[in-house]
Amino acid sequence: MSMINYASREINCKLVYYGPGLGGKTTNLEHVYAKVSPQTRGKMISLATETERTLFFDFLPVDLGTIRGFKTRFHLYTVPGQVYYNASRKLILKGVDGIVFVADSQLERMEANVESMQNLYDNMAEYGYDLTKIPFIVQYNKRDLPNAAPIKDLQAALNPGWPIEDAAQQKVTPDPNHPGENLVASEGGQWVGRAPYLEAVAVRGDGVFDTLKVVSKLVLKTLS
Amino acid sequence: MTGAASWSFSENDFKQIQTHLQAFLRDSNARCALLVDRTGQLVATVGETPQFDPTAFASLTAADFSANDQLAKMIGEPEFASLVHQGEKESMYLADIAKRVILVVLFDQRATLGLVKLKARSVVESLNKVFEEMFNRVGTGGAQQKGLLEGAEDEIDKLFG
Repeated sequence: MSMINYASREINCKLVYYGPGLGGKTTNLEHVYAKVSPQTRGKMISLATETERTLFFDFLPVDLGTIRGFKTRFHLYTVPGQVYYNASRKLILKGVDGIVFVADSQLERMEANVESMQNLYDNMAEYGYDLTKIPFIVQYNKRDLPNAAPIKDLQAALNPGWPIEDAAQQKVTPDPNHPGENLVASEGGQWVGRAPYLEAVAVRGDGVFDTLKVVSKLVLKTLS
Repeated sequence: MTGAASWSFSENDFKQIQTHLQAFLRDSNARCALLVDRTGQLVATVGETPQFDPTAFASLTAADFSANDQLAKMIGEPEFASLVHQGEKESMYLADIAKRVILVVLFDQRATLGLVKLKARSVVESLNKVFEEMFNRVGTGGAQQKGLLEGAEDEIDKLFG
């Protein structure tokens, strides 16, 4: 739920990093925190356990600059990835404007990824939000590991696409991040849409800002 | 609903909010009042300027309120319309406004919890009206927002180089 404050001339948007435990959600925020100049970001809040597992959320406000005289401020949140924290995970989704699903590319985490994605769809549905209609991207993290699954397999499992029924949207839409691939395409007579995806090695910072940029753009587009 | 709805408020709304909160602070002897929306965004601050990071404070307030909302449901209450956090010197009183916003009152030993609660009742009522009117306008607010962010993509591109 973006908030436009005409009095202080601010636009506030909420982004949530979702995904399985130990997938790199907090690492994404830590990298943004470390690299963005202190003038454009606020304090990073982490509600974590003693072993640095996210208990409730991490929070980082980042100013993306001024547009049309309005300061655009993005509030970045992560959710706790572990299955049993679902009650608090769901709370963080309230009023979300854009979602990054941080998937763990390791083969042995495939099941955890699928479970978390299903959980995201379920929690969003409970709020009445439709994941296919709000800014949503998938980040395949840990691409540097030798046991990383091929992107093709990850896409098939986590981002298989949804049917596009609206005729106005049934047009081939190229994926700007992957030449030769499409975000919307006709497959076997059925129009299918997919969430944009990016590859990352969050621990090195690779792909972290690209991810933030893609999702922020999508969110701001919904306001224009 | 396909996603979370946007909302906006004008300078006029802001002035009304300020007037109500200033009167409340005067009557209750509280130090400062903040309005935070349920998603954790700071809407307004009136009174003494807080010495802490208000953005972080707002996100934690929303999380606190949401968590308590769920606890209320678990014990069979529809909600906790207000919460109190009492410290040795500094205390907080939180109250729901129009189901979308949280009023946070910071007060010290110069004010009593009883007085804050009593005076909060009427300011909550007044703010409920202000915000309900504001949310009812959302339909027209959309037109106001349209085109506001044209050119935003270039700005983002510039930021990330």
